[in-house]
Amino acid sequence: MDLTFSAEERAFEQEVRDFISANLTPEMKRATALTPSVFSDPDIGMAWQRALHRKGWGAPGWPVEHGGPDWTPAQRWIFEAECARAGVPNVNVMGVKMVGPVIIGFGSPEQKNFYLPRILSGEDYWCQGYSEPGSGSDLASLKTRAVRDGDDYVINGTKIWTTHAHHANRMFALVRTNDGERQQDGISFLLIDMKTPGITTRPILTIGGDHEVNQVFFDDVRVPVANRVGEEGKGWTYGKYLLEFERGSGIASAKLREALKTISDLAASDVTGRAIDDPDIALRMSEVEVDIDALEMTELRVLSALQTGQNPGAVSSLIKLRVSEIRQAVTRLGVDVIGNDGLVVEPARPFYKLNHEPVIPEELLPVVPEYLNGRAYTIFGGSSEIQREIIAKMVLGL
Amino acid sequence: MDLTPSDEQRLLRESADRFVAETFTADHRKTAANDPLGFSPAIWKRFAELGWLALPISEADGGLGGGAIEVGILMEAFGRGLVSEPFLSTVVIGAALVAECGTEAQKQAILPKVAEGALYLAFAHSERAARFDLAHVEATATRTADGWRLNGSKIAVLDGAAANQIIVSAEIANANGASGKLGLFVVAAGTPGLSLRDYARLGGGRGCSLDLKDVQLPADALLGDGSDALPAIEAVVDRAMAALGAEAVGIMQTLLDTTLEYTRMRKQFGRPLSANQVIRHRLADMAMQVDEARSMALRAALMADAAPLQRSRAASGAKAKIGKCARFVAEQSVQLHGAMGVTEELDIGAYFKRLLAFDTLFGGSAYHYRRHATLSGRMQD
Repeated sequence: MDLTFSAEERAFEQEVRDFISANLTPEMKRATALTPSVFSDPDIGMAWQRALHRKGWGAPGWPVEHGGPDWTPAQRWIFEAECARAGVPNVNVMGVKMVGPVIIGFGSPEQKNFYLPRILSGEDYWCQGYSEPGSGSDLASLKTRAVRDGDDYVINGTKIWTTHAHHANRMFALVRTNDGERQQDGISFLLIDMKTPGITTRPILTIGGDHEVNQVFFDDVRVPVANRVGEEGKGWTYGKYLLEFERGSGIASAKLREALKTISDLAASDVTGRAIDDPDIALRMSEVEVDIDALEMTELRVLSALQTGQNPGAVSSLIKLRVSEIRQAVTRLGVDVIGNDGLVVEPARPFYKLNHEPVIPEELLPVVPEYLNGRAYTIFGGSSEIQREIIAKMVLGL
Repeated sequence: MDLTPSDEQRLLRESADRFVAETFTADHRKTAANDPLGFSPAIWKRFAELGWLALPISEADGGLGGGAIEVGILMEAFGRGLVSEPFLSTVVIGAALVAECGTEAQKQAILPKVAEGALYLAFAHSERAARFDLAHVEATATRTADGWRLNGSKIAVLDGAAANQIIVSAEIANANGASGKLGLFVVAAGTPGLSLRDYARLGGGRGCSLDLKDVQLPADALLGDGSDALPAIEAVVDRAMAALGAEAVGIMQTLLDTTLEYTRMRKQFGRPLSANQVIRHRLADMAMQVDEARSMALRAALMADAAPLQRSRAASGAKAKIGKCARFVAEQSVQLHGAMGVTEELDIGAYFKRLLAFDTLFGGSAYHYRRHATLSGRMQD
């Protein structure tokens, strides 16, 4: 066992660094650092996606025949780690990491030919229609209904917490096509054009003051049956497949380490009156760093298992839980580090396009909104309570 | 980058797990608890035959040249069986100090004997006033016409009474008094002036405190050439903490397995305890912390031979984090066993106490988070 990378992997690391330094503009970097929501807005995120696509790196996890780069797990690790270190934009994952794998796994040849290239190029921007006002953790109880009418489904209902619905031109959604015996039965997976008449979007501001999520209403919206992925009534299976991508497949430790470094640099600077001199802050910083060390090691164990063709098994289901908790610890530390400057509310967005001089140094602006918005980490993608239930069931066999 | 164990490592794990499961039963533990040595010399012989005592000793010194990963594999198995044989004292610490500091002659005199199971070692370093500061040593060594004279007091000497030779740290006095340099001295059991107070150690095995009153030693009792031994002590203790971390993982895994089994079996209100969400989520948290501890122990082992700063940060991080996880897992195991968990009738208590001892040895979580922060430049020493 060892932690060192091979000569080829080192060479790849250099290639990634060269690519980033040639393509990551100072504007993109600044905008990313000043974004307190989970994902970068499309003006920044899609610019980066296009650069990745030009290089052939638009979809690291996809099979080669659909435009994936055919990386080994170690190469993916290196890529993610370098991207985190450099502070590249957080590309909205709904296309590449979520609907993409579902279309690849279950879509028709026509769907693959049409949608996949548009995801890669950034021409399409996707949002996810899963949660509903009455269906959060109990997602399978969803009520948005699609009734067959000739070659169309007619959809009525509403979706909520829809990230970037106000930017997206497409949505993948779980809708009820039948009332089965189990509530999981009778759900279908549809691809919806957001310009279809009858769709309206209402913004929801998060407690950090950001507009990232929305509620989407469907009022007699006609969607061609040809836009259904896979079989009617099997949507739950496809949707769960996707949720596994949402939960487990990421490499988070490098980003968390970078986020801690940002806070750590602030704590050591005069801007915060050297918050690091407070021993409580210093100790908590070490505590969080050690938690990141443990997470990184767990991620490397998973990676190593994948590398040798083994199933990493149970360990990956622990990762989502820890990642969300550690993120929250980092953002909480940030609030404590900036002290009184955390009292300043700057309502204008985005922070990288302010028309006025902010009251506090601009690098401090996202700290409190990041903490506030970050409370969502233990809620979305299956709340921590749901994750613990999954661990009890799947890992401990209870 | 590859964290999959080699075939040799897999075999080592299998044979260690098997041997420990067969040998270290609950009955065996009860006998060992009443043994004045705290362990069984017959089993120690088996360790030697299995090659375990030679494992981390270099091939040049008559060993097998294994590293921290192999030691971790053994220690994790030892944790599962609450093994109290003095593997840490003799092999992981004692032999390593001799290998780090000793002259060729000293290595040849000691290490092959350790490898064949013919010599027990102990390390007498901690002192009352030092708490866990490895650099704080008040014991002194003064040059005499034909050797050394040692004075001082040591506490928390693991397996000291069983040791044939105790490695004692002392500050080397020069003409002006203190030199600021630490020396390591090999003191044979029974040397006049050496007095021991042996005790049963929390969690199994023995420990002792030790007084040295004008202990006269030959010149070659000093390991090495008289250069400061502190860096070697820090390196060996960092690696010992990694090894202890692996042992703690074995203990925690056993506690988790036992508690899972119990909550499945025990019925209240007409259903198993494990049907209650509050219990299930507690168990999920325990499983998560066992896994984090496993990652940290592995990390500390992988960094055992890194540059000192990196190595020490990894070791302190592991000791702090595993200590925190260990406390949680141990306390929740007792909690979920209900009143039975607080009795000597179940094994839970023995595992609990070994984890408590683990957390204390070489400094607990609070001490090591502070050391981590200091080494990271966040805090002043």
